Amino acid sequence: MAGHHHEYIIRRGNIFTPTFYITTALIILAVLIVMYRYWMGMGYITNMSDGYPWGTWKSVNVSIGAAFACGGYVLAILVYIFNKYKYHHMVRSGVLVSMFGYSLAGLAVMIDIGRPWNAIYFFVPSNWQLNSALFEVALCVMAYTGVTMLEFLPAVFERTSLIEKYPRFSAFSKKWYHVLEKITFLIIAIGVTLPSMHQSSLGTMLIATGHKLHPLWQSNFIPLLFLITAFIMGIASIILVSMLTSKLLHRPFEKSIYGIAKLIPYATLTWIVVRIISLTTSGAWGYLFTSGLNSVFVILEFLTMGIPAYIALRTKLGRSKRGVFISSCLMIAGVCLYRLGVYLLGFNVEAGWNRYFPSFGETITTTALLLVILWGYVILIKLVPVLPNLNIKGDPRKD
Amino acid sequence: MVERSLLTPNLSRRDFVKALGTITTALGLPLTMATDAAEAASNVDNRPPVIWLHFQECTGCTEAVLKATHPSPAELILELVNLCYQESLMADFGHGAELLLEAAMKKYAGKYILIIEGSIPIKDNGVYCKIGGKTAIDILKHVAGSAAAVINLGICATSGGIASAGSNPTGAVGAPELLPEGIPYLSLPGCPPNPYNLLGVIMYLLNFNKLPEMDSKKRPLFAYGTLIHEYCERRAHFDAGRFAKEFGDEGHRNGFCLYKLGCKGPETHANCSAIKFNEGIVWPIGNGNPCIGCTEGDVLFKHSLFTHAKVAQPRLSSNVPPAQQADLGDRATASQGVLVGAIIGAAVGAGAVYASKLSKEPEDENK
Repeated sequence: MAGHHHEYIIRRGNIFTPTFYITTALIILAVLIVMYRYWMGMGYITNMSDGYPWGTWKSVNVSIGAAFACGGYVLAILVYIFNKYKYHHMVRSGVLVSMFGYSLAGLAVMIDIGRPWNAIYFFVPSNWQLNSALFEVALCVMAYTGVTMLEFLPAVFERTSLIEKYPRFSAFSKKWYHVLEKITFLIIAIGVTLPSMHQSSLGTMLIATGHKLHPLWQSNFIPLLFLITAFIMGIASIILVSMLTSKLLHRPFEKSIYGIAKLIPYATLTWIVVRIISLTTSGAWGYLFTSGLNSVFVILEFLTMGIPAYIALRTKLGRSKRGVFISSCLMIAGVCLYRLGVYLLGFNVEAGWNRYFPSFGETITTTALLLVILWGYVILIKLVPVLPNLNIKGDPRKD
Repeated sequence: MVERSLLTPNLSRRDFVKALGTITTALGLPLTMATDAAEAASNVDNRPPVIWLHFQECTGCTEAVLKATHPSPAELILELVNLCYQESLMADFGHGAELLLEAAMKKYAGKYILIIEGSIPIKDNGVYCKIGGKTAIDILKHVAGSAAAVINLGICATSGGIASAGSNPTGAVGAPELLPEGIPYLSLPGCPPNPYNLLGVIMYLLNFNKLPEMDSKKRPLFAYGTLIHEYCERRAHFDAGRFAKEFGDEGHRNGFCLYKLGCKGPETHANCSAIKFNEGIVWPIGNGNPCIGCTEGDVLFKHSLFTHAKVAQPRLSSNVPPAQQADLGDRATASQGVLVGAIIGAAVGAGAVYASKLSKEPEDENK
C-alpha cells in the first residue's frame, strides 16, 4: 500500500479564511441559543408541542442530515462491494461528510429531547425497548457514527505518523494505521449494513403513525423509499461536495464524478417507479391534486426526480458540469421534499394543536448544525489528507 | 336479600350509613353528601315515581340492573324508587298493566322519571313495535310528554343499537330523536350499561333534583367522561407496544393489550375500566375480550368488531388539571416564514448563479 500515502493529500492553506469566520459566527450564535435552551427549557427556543414533538430537529437534522451524509455509504458500496476501485480516492471526503452528518444528527437529538439527562439510559441494555423502530434508528445512528470515525481514523493516523517530533506517537500511529487497513473489510461491512438498516427504519417509524400521516405519504413502501432516497442523496452529495470543493478551493475539476453521475437515472427512475407503486397500493392517487401543499410537494418530487433522469438520458447536458450540478441540486431538493413531507407536512395529529412551523431559534440552530458540516470539512481537509491527489489520477491502479 | 336491605326496620345504622357512603363514593360526590343522601333515602314520601318502557330490545339492560347488589333490585324497586310500570318486573299484565301506566301518569304527571330501554322503529309509521295496539312512537311521545326527566338506558335507546345495524330494516332510532322538545333527558349507552351508572344517576336526581353534568352526547360525565383506554389495566402494554395479535396466542395468554384484536377502548367513553361489572370483579377486557365500543353509537354495530379503533383522544382528557394539559404549540409568524424562506431562497439563488457559470459542454470522464 505504498501508493496509498499519495492517493490523498492535505490541502495546504490558511484555516482562518473569511468563510471560516462567517460560519464560526453563526455557529457561536447557535451555541448561545442551545445554551439558552438548556437554561430555560425547550419551549423558549422551539415551536414544538406535545402534538408535534418532532420539529426541524428530527425532520431536517436527523432525517435530511443523515441522508446528506450517505455519500460515504454509497461510496463504500461502490468501491468495496462493486469493486469500482477507481472511485477509491473519493472515499475519505465522503466518509468525512458522513461522520459530520451523523454526529450532528445525534447532537440535534440530544438538544431536542425533553429530558436529556435520561439519554444515559440509552447505553444501559436492560432499558432497551427492542420493539421500537426509533430505538433501532438511535442504535444504528450511534453505531454508524462510531464506524465512520473508524473509517476516518486511517487519515488521521496517516497524518500523525509523519510527526517526527514524537517518535513513539508516530510509531503508534503507523502501527494502528496498518491494523485499521487490515480490518477495513470488517469496518466497511458494518458501515454498509448499518445505514441500510436505519435509513429504512427512519421511514418505518412513520408507518407506525397510522392515520396521522396523510395518505399521499402513508404507505408500506416508506422504508424502501427512504432507502432509495438515501442512495439518491448519497450520489448527489458526492457530486456536490466534489464540485464545491474544486470551486471554492480552486482545485482542478474531478472528472470521476461523471462516472458517479451515470447512476443518476437508475436511482431516480427506481424512486419514481416505487413511488408510483406506493401511491397505487395505498389508493392515494385521488389526493394528488386535492390536498393543497401536500399535493404540491408530491408533484414537485416527481419533477425533481424526473428532470435529472431526463437530463441524463435525453440531453447532452447530462455529461456537462452544469447538467450534473443541476441534477444533483434537484435530487437533493427532491429528497428534502419527500422526507420533509413524511416527517412534517404530511404528519397531522388532528387534535387541536397548532401546526408546527420552525421558530427563529430552531431555524438558526438547524442551519448552523448543517453549516458545521461545511466548517469541520474545510478545517479537516487542511489538517489531514482527505482530498484526492488529482496529480496522480490515472496512475496504474486496478479499475 | 331483603333482611339487609336499605331502610328495613332491623337495618343497623352502621349498615345504612355504609350503603349510602358507597353510593356517594360511586357518584364521585364529597363524603359530606352522604348525610344528604341518607336524608333523601330515608324520606319514604320522597320515593320518586319511575316509569320504565321497553321497545325493541333484549331486556339485557333490565337484567344488568337486576344483577346489582348494593342496593339490590329489591331495595331499589321497593324502597328507593316507586317503580310504577316495568313490563319485565311488574306483576300485572295485559290491559291491566296499561291501565296502571295511565293511572301512574295521571297521578305523577310532571314528576316521574321515565326510563327508556330499546330503540324505536319509525319506518312504515312505526308498525314494527306495538304494545296494547299503540306504536312505540305514540307510547314514547305520550309518556315522555309529562315526564320530569328521561333516562335513555342502553345503546338501543340512545342511538338505535343492534336493531339499527346494517340496512336498519325497521328504521330503528334512539329515543333522543323522538323526545318532545323541552323534556330534560340523559343517555346511559352501553350493552348493557353498567347498573351503577343508572343507580348513580337516580341517586343524583334524588339529591340534587337535577340531571348531572353531561357531555355533548348527553352522557353523564361522571361515568362517560373518560376513555376506557385511559384507565385500562392493560394500558401499560399498549404504551410499551406489547399486543395480543390473535386469540390464544402468547401475547393474549400473557394479558397484553387487545388493540390489535379490534379493541375499541381508545375511542370508547365509559368507566368500565374503573368500576367493572359483576360487583367490580370482571369486565370484558379483563377477560381477554376486546372492548366492542358499546357506549358509542357510531362504533358498535357500525364497525367490524376486529377493525382497529381510532385513537380518539391523543391528548389528555379535560379531567386532567390544567397544569398538566398539553400546550397547543406556538403559531407560525410571518417573520419566521420570512427567515426560512430567506435561507432556502439564498441556497437556491446561490445554486442558480453557480449553475449559470458552469460549462454546459459534454465532457468525458477519462480524459
